[in-house]
Amino acid sequence: MNFKTKLGLGIVAFFTIIAVIGEWVAPYDPSEMGDDLLSPPSGAHWFGTTMTGQDIFSQVLVGTRGVMVVGLVCGVLATFLSILVGVTAGFLGGAADEALSMLSNVFLVIPALPLIIIVASMLPSADTVLIAAVISLTAWAWGARVLRAQTMSLRRRDFVEAARASGERTWRIIVFEVLPNLTAVIASGFVGTVIFAVMLQITLSFVGVVSLSTWNWGTILFWAQSNQALGQGAWWWFVPAGLCIALLGTALALINFGIDEYANPRLRKVRA
Amino acid sequence: MTFLLRRGLFYLITLWAAITANFLLPRLLPGDPVQAMITKLGGRLNSDAMASLYILFGLDEKKSLWEQYVDYWGTLLRGDLGLSFTFFPTPVADVLSQSLPWTLGLVGVTTVIAFLLGTLMGVYAGWKRGSWMDTLIPVTTFLSSIPYFWLGLIAISVFSVTFPLFPASGGYAAGLVPEFSWEFAGSVLEHAVLPGITIVVSSVAGWILGMRNMMVTVTAEDYVLVARAKGLSQRRIMFAYAARNAVLPSISGFALSLGFIVGGALLVEMVFSYPGLGYVLFQGIGAKDYPLMQGVFLVITLAVLVANLLADVGYLLLDPRTRREG
Repeated sequence: MNFKTKLGLGIVAFFTIIAVIGEWVAPYDPSEMGDDLLSPPSGAHWFGTTMTGQDIFSQVLVGTRGVMVVGLVCGVLATFLSILVGVTAGFLGGAADEALSMLSNVFLVIPALPLIIIVASMLPSADTVLIAAVISLTAWAWGARVLRAQTMSLRRRDFVEAARASGERTWRIIVFEVLPNLTAVIASGFVGTVIFAVMLQITLSFVGVVSLSTWNWGTILFWAQSNQALGQGAWWWFVPAGLCIALLGTALALINFGIDEYANPRLRKVRA
Repeated sequence: MTFLLRRGLFYLITLWAAITANFLLPRLLPGDPVQAMITKLGGRLNSDAMASLYILFGLDEKKSLWEQYVDYWGTLLRGDLGLSFTFFPTPVADVLSQSLPWTLGLVGVTTVIAFLLGTLMGVYAGWKRGSWMDTLIPVTTFLSSIPYFWLGLIAISVFSVTFPLFPASGGYAAGLVPEFSWEFAGSVLEHAVLPGITIVVSSVAGWILGMRNMMVTVTAEDYVLVARAKGLSQRRIMFAYAARNAVLPSISGFALSLGFIVGGALLVEMVFSYPGLGYVLFQGIGAKDYPLMQGVFLVITLAVLVANLLADVGYLLLDPRTRREG
């Protein structure tokens, strides 16, 4: 494991810890209004305060949980879907492959953001878990595509043929012979999906279609934007949340570079 | 030609899927937000507009789902997307046709610039592997991890609030009337600088990384070695032999990542109040203007599919293997 991967893992671990303990270590209630209105960072308020005197540092700490939960839930759900579609398509081939590949390509080509915005704003209550489910439904296609390509290259290998010859059932070959050889691809797909989901959730919150009753980094940016923080020069209102997003995204990308280097180097050619 | 026919068929199916999703969503999801809007507007809607909204959002429950679907297609094919609630009483189709050129101009130009710039940088980074160019990778990874809209906010705060170099919002100066004149064109360009740079900076990283990795792979191929042995110039080997082959995955990836890039670009428009589809969508969200939101979705999908088809033609020109297939 090289330095880049370790750094990535370290940052993700840091945010995971914040996600768990954020609510207890936050110095203030993130929604509580205080007397210091729109004040720059200081000893009492590390990241400054909002128009109504809320503590931004506490909002970032408490908001971490919403971000990490959506990332994790989407990562798991979408990875499951991508394995289901991608591996089945790659292993079975023929008409099933044509149909499933077409399905994932359709999902890839349709612009996801406007579609999700419509769905989210039509839902009566767009809370965190529901949003995570909706994002998962659009996030699986890329992983499925990569998994299909990799499965196709495994399908005719000797150990699979041997299992087939000894009369193993198809699902058993897939689960016990093929899947273990796809671990690295699945892992990198999982990490990629988490990046995608986190970005999308923050975007949706920023646009204002997600319920504002729970905090995440996107809702902080939503309030900053709707109170014209920019025009008032209140840079501290939107800089911390944005940097956290960029930091988390970079950390996840670093982990993915690590997985790429660990996995079969020929992998990239298959994707092409 | 088989290649283009296959792709064309696929895009038609995708378009059908997008339209059908648009048809089913308001019928499947609970609640009738459009009915509430119609009630609120009361007598201000004329009967024609009311009828098309009923068809578009499935409020006429006496009809079977199939009849509703047929009516829906009929309404769409007539170019009737309903009335916008935000810009009442303007039809959605009119709102969209006003804002589409802005989006096509901004997003089209910046996406092409980002693709060309990123690919070129990727060619050099892959060719001169191990040089200082390698430090580009972590930097651009960081830049691509920043959400488009946040980069836009930072750009506004630095270049139009702290140092007032460029305007922060709008597509042209307030006093001007859209016309073909130098003054107007200059104003449009000035307003496009910040949103344009924002889109280029956040989307260029993906192209650099993909191109670099393919260049590294291709450089190890035998035909590059042969080209070297023949004593061809470095430039010629780099572009005509290595890059020409390495760019193919980037072009086929272009089609698939376009939907994602366009999503980000719409947000940049929102942040800069740029008069394109993204800003219209944003105004629609605030007012729960479903006819407008669904119209934006359809038009964007259509635009992405056309762009995909263009990318396929480019692929066809660069890769003779696809031409021989037919």
